Amino acid sequence: MSWLSEFGGILMMQGFNGLSVFCVLLLMALGLAIIFGQMGVINMAHGEFLTIGAYSTYLLSSLTTAYAPALQPYYFFGAIVLAFLVAYALGYLVERFMISHLYKRPLDTLLATWGLSLVMQQSFRSIFGAKEVSATLPDWLMGSFQPAEGIDIPLNGLFMMALTIILTGTIFVLLYRSRWGLQVRATMQNRMMSGAVGINTRKVDRTTFALGCGVAGVAGAAFTTIGSTGPTSGSLYIVDTFLTVVFGGAQSLIGTIVSAFSIAQTQSTLEFFLTGSMAKVLTLSTVILILLMRPQGLFATKLRK
Amino acid sequence: MITEPIGTLNVNRPVLAIEGLTVSFDGFKAVDDLNLYVDRNEVHVVIGPNGAGKTTLLDLICGKTQATAGSIQFKGRELTKMSEHQIVHAGVGRKFQTPSIYEALTVFENLEMSFPRGRGVFGALLFKRTPDVIDRVRQVAADIFLTDYLDLTADLLSHGQKQWLEIGMLLMQEPELLMLDEPVAGMSVSEREKTAELLARISKGRSVVVIEHDMEFVKSIASKVTVLHQGKLLAAGSMEAVQSNPKVIEVYLGH
Amino acid sequence: MNFVSEKLIGGRQGAINLLVLCALLVVVFPLALDPFRLNMIGKYLSYAFVAVGLVLCWGYGGILSLGQGVFFGLGGYCMAMFLKLEASDPISTRIQTTPGIPDFMDWNQITELPAIWLPFQSLPLTFLLVIGVPVLLAFIVGVAMFKRRVGDVYFSIVTQAIAAILAILIIGSQGLTGGVNGITDLKTMLGWDIRTDEARLTLYFVCVALLIACILFGRFVLTSKLGRLLVAMRDKEERVRFSGYDVANFKVFVFCAAAGISAIGGAMFTLQVGFMSPSFVGIVPSIEMVIYAAVGGRMSLLGAVYGTLLVNYGKTYFSETVPELWLFLMGGLFIGVVMYFPKGLAGLYDSHGKKWLARLTSRKAARITVKAKLSGMEAAK
Repeated sequence: MSWLSEFGGILMMQGFNGLSVFCVLLLMALGLAIIFGQMGVINMAHGEFLTIGAYSTYLLSSLTTAYAPALQPYYFFGAIVLAFLVAYALGYLVERFMISHLYKRPLDTLLATWGLSLVMQQSFRSIFGAKEVSATLPDWLMGSFQPAEGIDIPLNGLFMMALTIILTGTIFVLLYRSRWGLQVRATMQNRMMSGAVGINTRKVDRTTFALGCGVAGVAGAAFTTIGSTGPTSGSLYIVDTFLTVVFGGAQSLIGTIVSAFSIAQTQSTLEFFLTGSMAKVLTLSTVILILLMRPQGLFATKLRK
Repeated sequence: MITEPIGTLNVNRPVLAIEGLTVSFDGFKAVDDLNLYVDRNEVHVVIGPNGAGKTTLLDLICGKTQATAGSIQFKGRELTKMSEHQIVHAGVGRKFQTPSIYEALTVFENLEMSFPRGRGVFGALLFKRTPDVIDRVRQVAADIFLTDYLDLTADLLSHGQKQWLEIGMLLMQEPELLMLDEPVAGMSVSEREKTAELLARISKGRSVVVIEHDMEFVKSIASKVTVLHQGKLLAAGSMEAVQSNPKVIEVYLGH
Repeated sequence: MNFVSEKLIGGRQGAINLLVLCALLVVVFPLALDPFRLNMIGKYLSYAFVAVGLVLCWGYGGILSLGQGVFFGLGGYCMAMFLKLEASDPISTRIQTTPGIPDFMDWNQITELPAIWLPFQSLPLTFLLVIGVPVLLAFIVGVAMFKRRVGDVYFSIVTQAIAAILAILIIGSQGLTGGVNGITDLKTMLGWDIRTDEARLTLYFVCVALLIACILFGRFVLTSKLGRLLVAMRDKEERVRFSGYDVANFKVFVFCAAAGISAIGGAMFTLQVGFMSPSFVGIVPSIEMVIYAAVGGRMSLLGAVYGTLLVNYGKTYFSETVPELWLFLMGGLFIGVVMYFPKGLAGLYDSHGKKWLARLTSRKAARITVKAKLSGMEAAK
């Protein structure tokens, strides 16, 4: 039955469209899960770290085009690294001068980071202008991959998928197999004891927060492949990202992945049948309803109360 | 095995009857198939090494933790199906290990808060500090040695006084079962003596379950003792019987 | 001490503070400002309702709702719908394809008034719905979350999401709500033209009266046992539960109270400014309303009013002169208040203002005391 394969084709295409959104959402959610899930800190400026990553990519793209056109096809890898470093550095400073003073006051941290997001947004506006800008994507990212008749998979989607998988894997390894990851988890579970056994909890907090921001920066670099960047680009994702982290169970990375996937896919599929905004409303409402029935999220670990 | 002589068995039904109580966290059984009975006017002390499940037991009774299996019957009502505030209404009062009082309010307000009236939204809005409330607060304050401190903000009390205040808050609730988690922890010798005397006074007409480590203190107040070990019942009976029980000696002094 | 003086006025100190605010709002502003600027203050005061509500649910209840714009907006929209229906009578709208319905519905090819608009043909019903709809929504959300013991942070995130959802819904339903432009061109209320200077003056005083009433209500709640319970719950929620209280009920109450108060503010806004749009419903305006309460002092009902006036005055002033600076300032305000002035203006007044005032009045007394001490020391030698 041809309509079935056509429907399947549409679903797949929408699915792959959703894939790019899924990648950005997942990277953002991972960064936030590290910060919120591991540290209990709400970073309302998380979206702005995405934006700063995107703007860094744009800057590098402009510089390369202007001064070193020969490097054009390769600059993107540098951009990813740059985006990470810039976001990491800024995150480090923010933790040092703001977050660390508000430890144990999560609601106040929420408000303070909201203020930070306003400051960052206005800074972007003042430096880059209010109009949206685009990085010139390297040629090899354009075009699509056609495994079968009628199925068009955009290449940048595949690249983002690969990037996301690599980054997710790296985070898993870091968090669960490295010494540093052990320190992070120890600090999160019992700060006092961790300090007592010689873990520099301050430093761990700082690097954890900075890492979360760095991942958001990479999300920003990835973001440039699917849209143009403006001062408020990050704020589009912030509510979705929070809900994704909370929905998945704030302390579970697997939960975050499953959650990001379901939310991104639901929204994309619904977008095909409804308007963009109604799809978003329906997705968010469903998430909230599920959260009301199961406040600990999908994959919560049962701790000794 | 219960080692008390048959003659001391209370003819009336126990006020608190725990049977088959089990709670497991991800497979770890903090309390394992526990049976425990508390009679009217009894001071029942629960002892055991750290991690034996004593605090968890109190958590289960007062509703802070949900049991995985078993039953807790208080005056014939099944507590495992009730929420915390309902259990309080039924007549159970719980004191926590670290003094859990309202530091921002005065001693008077702390006690007043536990007065068993005006517990609903509109009741609390329209609650008036009538003479019967004031009298009761003064009475309880006298019981807990804090008459001179009624207008002091609670965070200024000493550690021992905070413990007494928390006991006072429980007394205001007029409970039939009092549960105290290490009531003399961190107290000086004279404070301990006063607390022992306080407990003796307040256990008249009530049942009390106490968790304690200080054996001298336990001896001076206990009617019955239960020993827990790794979540299970190890021994139960009078203090002398328990102290001479070889299994108990091994657990406390052995390995 | 009788009921009124202790509970509502807050003793001698409370009475003085309240009188100062009343004098400012009722006497100073109307005399000193022209109708345009007075109307602007009236607009700011309608925001102050939300701040007052936040003092109750956030300052005392510990519930940080980042979606108060939802309730402000719902109250405002209810009032707007009534006023719009009145402005859309068949005679004024005779040039429309379908006369007798609001213009934006006509533009969207709607031919019949949607059922949801019907109750707003009656003013008494509208008043009921202005408070009823937001309180009902707050009740549902509150019960769903607090009975399940959702944590503070989760609650804040969900209120944000609700604000986002409602804003999107309103914007997306152009035919029903006027979409992104909102409901505009409001003219009369039961025949009384609300756009004239005299009408705006009256509405200003109504707004002030309602605001003071809400503050008195807030004081009544906070000085009752419920108020002490809120403080205790913020301190040690578990202990409150074990004293026999169902904590969720109190959280729901104070959240609903904040919702109702915010809704009144929304309705007053619509009346004084003449329109309501989704730009007051979403995340950004809702969080902005939190800063009003934070600047004023989240634990001070009167401070909330001063905070709102100050921040909004700053916003108007800076947006006109140096617009780029305003967002920096507001961001800085969030950070600064949270990190350095958590008690806001009220806290500053408590710690420095009072002492300064006391010093001014007692300098004379101090001189006398010093003299007495010296003479006493002389005599002792």
